[in-house]
Amino acid sequence: MTREQLASEINAVLAAQFELKPESLQDPETKLNDDLGLDSLDAIDLVVTMEKKFGCRILEAEAREVRTLSQLYDCVHKAKSP
Amino acid sequence: MTDNLKRQVAVTGIGIISSIGVTAAEVSDSLRLGRSGIVMDPERKSLGFRSGLTGKVKVVNPAAYGLDNKALRTMGEPALYGHCAATDAVAGAALSPELLGSGRCGLVFGNDSCIRSAAEAVDILRKEKGTRFVGSGRVFQGMNSSVTMNLGVRLGIRGACWTLSAACASGAHAVGQGVMLIRSGLQDVVVTGGAQETGWESMVAFDALNAFSLREDAPQKASRPFDRGRDGLVPSGGGACLVLEDLEHALKRKAPIRAVIRGYGFSSDGKHLSVPSSEGSERAVRQALDDAGIAPEMVGYINAHATSTPIGDAAEAKMINRVFGTAVPVSSTKSMTGHECWMAGASELIYCILMAEGGFIAPNINFEEADPDCAGINVVSKTHTGKVRYVLSNSFGFGGTNAAIILDFDINRIRGEL
Repeated sequence: MTREQLASEINAVLAAQFELKPESLQDPETKLNDDLGLDSLDAIDLVVTMEKKFGCRILEAEAREVRTLSQLYDCVHKAKSP
Repeated sequence: MTDNLKRQVAVTGIGIISSIGVTAAEVSDSLRLGRSGIVMDPERKSLGFRSGLTGKVKVVNPAAYGLDNKALRTMGEPALYGHCAATDAVAGAALSPELLGSGRCGLVFGNDSCIRSAAEAVDILRKEKGTRFVGSGRVFQGMNSSVTMNLGVRLGIRGACWTLSAACASGAHAVGQGVMLIRSGLQDVVVTGGAQETGWESMVAFDALNAFSLREDAPQKASRPFDRGRDGLVPSGGGACLVLEDLEHALKRKAPIRAVIRGYGFSSDGKHLSVPSSEGSERAVRQALDDAGIAPEMVGYINAHATSTPIGDAAEAKMINRVFGTAVPVSSTKSMTGHECWMAGASELIYCILMAEGGFIAPNINFEEADPDCAGINVVSKTHTGKVRYVLSNSFGFGGTNAAIILDFDINRIRGEL
């Protein structure tokens, strides 16, 4: 799976789980908290959802550093192919 | 404290989600018609329940009450039902966001369990061998204060905000505490009520007490308070919300006055976990009468706690007979709703308000044969029409906790007394 395909799948999951408009997920530099309104509780569910969807394990320390969509794509990508 | 020094507490909004309806109009019709909300739940039998009987609440659409997926992640059944009832009550009372967030408005609900969420979390832990898949929402779904923590945030409450647990008198004591918060001047408005989950998980341990009716062949006949053939209660639930408000405050902002709470009495038996003492409930009722400043013969209708258990109904009947004699009409709306447990004390006040507004007394359905153990009271088995001024609602719970609340429906006279 290319990074673009992964990004597209992650965006689809975000849109469905957090009821976000797809157009709000176009810019990779979009901030999860400031721009999309996802809070620390959402972050917990986001990590679990990504792990289940992509069959990977995301380290807590790495998840904590994620601020933008781009960083999220990288984080999941890394977890999928360690 | 004498009456002229006491702040009067009005009910300015109501909301109800129950097995006999999910709008006030629907519930009012059910009460008038004697319509039961009890069903047989085959899942309970397949799981190994002794009784498969339960009240069945119609599915509500959360989106219609302004709830999205994010909101629902932290809300189990009690929080959802409490929210839906409160949405209707707050709209009916026309409470503005400014008043809700003024710090002069509080939120006190009765609730004593959120078992489904806790059970799900434990199941996930056992299956996954770790807590990470439990998710972020279950802790907020699973605490007893789930109703008030979710609702408080959504309503923007900045005053009192907590949940009160007192078994099957939780809802009544929550309303009672709302009354005290307003009378003391600490709050002008208190959004109050009760919530009760209906999922089978919530009734596993209760079913084990052999307290539920086994009349599974005729579910709508199973709850039969005061009747000789009663064999136990039927669990039920939902959400009930009453907006309480200092009467002068309510009149000043031209809020609708649905009733005035004239008396609240509380007591504890201090004796037994599950066997009620009619001495304890009598003290609560007499305290409510004193608080209201009225004599027993002035009460025009009693909404009994009676849950359809052999011992509990008999104890309450004896108490009613001692305090009120044989004349006052008595009915238990649990004959239709089943026992709404944590919310019963709040929902039954709403039933009383709907009866008063509709000019009727709801029947104690399934009262077919008088029981000598419940002799000496006037059980209303058919719908009565007519107006009453003072109504008493009783609520008793495990551990011997008792609550009695007296409503006054002569709004114009109270207005004149101010």
